[in-house]
Amino acid sequence: MELNGAEILIDCLQKEGVEHVFGYPGGAVLHIYDAIEAQDKITHVLVRHEQGAAHGADGYARTNGKPGVVLVTSGPGITNAVTGIATAHMDSIPMVIISGQVPSPLIGMDAFQEVDATGITRSCVKHNFLVRDISEIATTVKKAFHIATTGRPGPVVIDIPKDITIAKMEQEEYPESIEIRSYKPTTKPSNRQIRKAAELITKSKKPILYAGGGCVIGNASEELREFTRMLGFPITQTLMGLGAYPMTDKQSLGMLGMHGTYEANMAMHGSDCVVAIGARFDDRITGNLEKFCPTAKFIHIDIDPSQISKNVVADIPIVGQTKQVLQALTDELKDKQLDDISKWWSQIEDWRKVDSLAYAKSPGVIKPQSVIEALYEVTKGKAIVTSDVGQHQMWAAQYYPFDEPRQWINSGGLGTMGFGLPAAMGAKLAMPEKDVACVTGEGSIQMMLQELSTMLQYATPVKIVNLNNGYLGMVRQWQEFFYEKRYAMSYMDALPDFVKLAESYGHIGIKVEKEEDLKPALIEAFNQKDRTVFLDIITDPSENVFPMIPAGGAHCDMLLAGRDEMVSKDETDFNAV
Amino acid sequence: MRHIISVILEDEAGALSRVAGLFTQRGFNIESLTVAQTNDPTLSRMTIVSSGSERVLEQIVKQLNKLIEVVKVTDLTSQDHVERELMLAKISSTSKEGVDLKELVEIFGCKVVDVKDKIYTIEVSGKTKKINAFLDAIEPSNIIEISRTGVTGISRGKKLI
Repeated sequence: MELNGAEILIDCLQKEGVEHVFGYPGGAVLHIYDAIEAQDKITHVLVRHEQGAAHGADGYARTNGKPGVVLVTSGPGITNAVTGIATAHMDSIPMVIISGQVPSPLIGMDAFQEVDATGITRSCVKHNFLVRDISEIATTVKKAFHIATTGRPGPVVIDIPKDITIAKMEQEEYPESIEIRSYKPTTKPSNRQIRKAAELITKSKKPILYAGGGCVIGNASEELREFTRMLGFPITQTLMGLGAYPMTDKQSLGMLGMHGTYEANMAMHGSDCVVAIGARFDDRITGNLEKFCPTAKFIHIDIDPSQISKNVVADIPIVGQTKQVLQALTDELKDKQLDDISKWWSQIEDWRKVDSLAYAKSPGVIKPQSVIEALYEVTKGKAIVTSDVGQHQMWAAQYYPFDEPRQWINSGGLGTMGFGLPAAMGAKLAMPEKDVACVTGEGSIQMMLQELSTMLQYATPVKIVNLNNGYLGMVRQWQEFFYEKRYAMSYMDALPDFVKLAESYGHIGIKVEKEEDLKPALIEAFNQKDRTVFLDIITDPSENVFPMIPAGGAHCDMLLAGRDEMVSKDETDFNAV
Repeated sequence: MRHIISVILEDEAGALSRVAGLFTQRGFNIESLTVAQTNDPTLSRMTIVSSGSERVLEQIVKQLNKLIEVVKVTDLTSQDHVERELMLAKISSTSKEGVDLKELVEIFGCKVVDVKDKIYTIEVSGKTKKINAFLDAIEPSNIIEISRTGVTGISRGKKLI
């Protein structure tokens, strides 16, 4: 049968098992939209801004593990999506973005709505394609999905000129699999490295497991649990790894890094063997590299060889899928005798007693931490929580102990404000049966407000928990600490009435100003099963995120809540074990 | 330290800009870069001269390998190899200096490939050091214009990239 390029494209997407496409029409993609309209296997979600499409597809992919698909037009369509593509790229999220392009003969002529899409996106995608002929569509789509979902996942852009969507050809069989000679990611670890790592692990007296987003994206949570429990080692998780190991478990020390717990950071600092699993030693984790884990040997497990020895030189590098590596290590260590680490644990328990997440309540104001705690209680710890970027993101990470992977959806690497709301919409579409909460702030939410409209159209009821302190809180916190309280542009004046705003979009708005109203409001919100509820919660504007390692500090130099002095540990504390 | 990195990559539009973009994006330095098709018309070979610490070089090689279109990357510096660069230099010459120039051409084993308006075009090939030495031997005001290819290299004997 003869089909046009647009029909072939949609047919390819169907054969890839795509169920949802997040997009926005425009001149260059009209034929593609025509082909979408003519079928009913793929649901198109019409966003209100292309950045929302990218974040929506991203949230969808993070929640159910399937690649998110975006469809945008040329020019401003693709440039608007760039922030969302870069967000997915930094966090290794599988996505395929299809962008329309001006007709081939007009490329390079500064045509209406023309941008060099492959040029603009080059540095924030895993790969991109410009389709040059209708006969390339099927193999390009196959390659794009293969590249996006294998190895270290990431976004792949397919730029299709309009004339190619119009051209016709006899339909060919969609390839079942594809070989790319220049792309063969290593998945299985080397036995030699596994043996070396196992040997180091058995000898370690002060070990710690440091698990990152690779455990979530690599679907290695089961293996991580088995491995961690078998060893009985303490485990800390990065912002991207939260939930890969249950955070309510006693072996979990919580999050590490700039706003990590005291016990997690101190254990990293004192450790003699750090096992990094799908983590990349980001600067928000390590702080000052020169003072980072001064006594540790590093085993670094990652699917991407370029992450190994990039920031921290690995003593034992292991390239492979987190799932396969953890399986291999578990098998190797099964009958091995481990060193006694009870002294190490008692040291960690002492650090835990510092209770670094404790915060002082004050009458008359709602503490943002207590909002997250109430959210945890009301949702019984089972909700999918998305967040925007800033103080609220850190509080959500600290006070909502995630027990499952893919339960915590946030922009960790790029730190994109505006991510939370469209990501929540994508998460709800991916897992309609789950409660989805979007923890946000009055700054972030205003960057993607328009998606409230999409959420009504596609009936994706989520609960928006807006921690409204009238400030760009994280900016204000840094200005308080490091800029002598000169609060330049961090105060949010002239805020909208969020209740009325939510109502005007057809949702429910509830304003919460008193602590005693907090829980009832949350219960009410989650009882509204098929409605999006916007909870505008007025919180303490002076609250800061603690603990904190100031930029350039070491893990043992932490600022804790309610203490004026920095808690700094000298070497003797660590040598005591 | 100076390194010569050989890259085999798919001969596709955009592959070159991906490599160039990678170097600027990550702050790696490029002294020279040459690229052309290989005997397999679907593949290009690129030779990049870069400098940096061992860790930087390790990252360059890993990041290059990560590019989807890159088939193979080798640091030639670490192995037995041959390297060459070609330069076309236009040198102006008075009659007296013309004698010197012919001598220089002989000493350096290069060729005069053209002369017009009393300006000689000379082809010099060899290691970068040799080309630099040739240029050092010429009175700077007599150097009208030069065009260098940058280094290309290949391993010796049976060993392939």
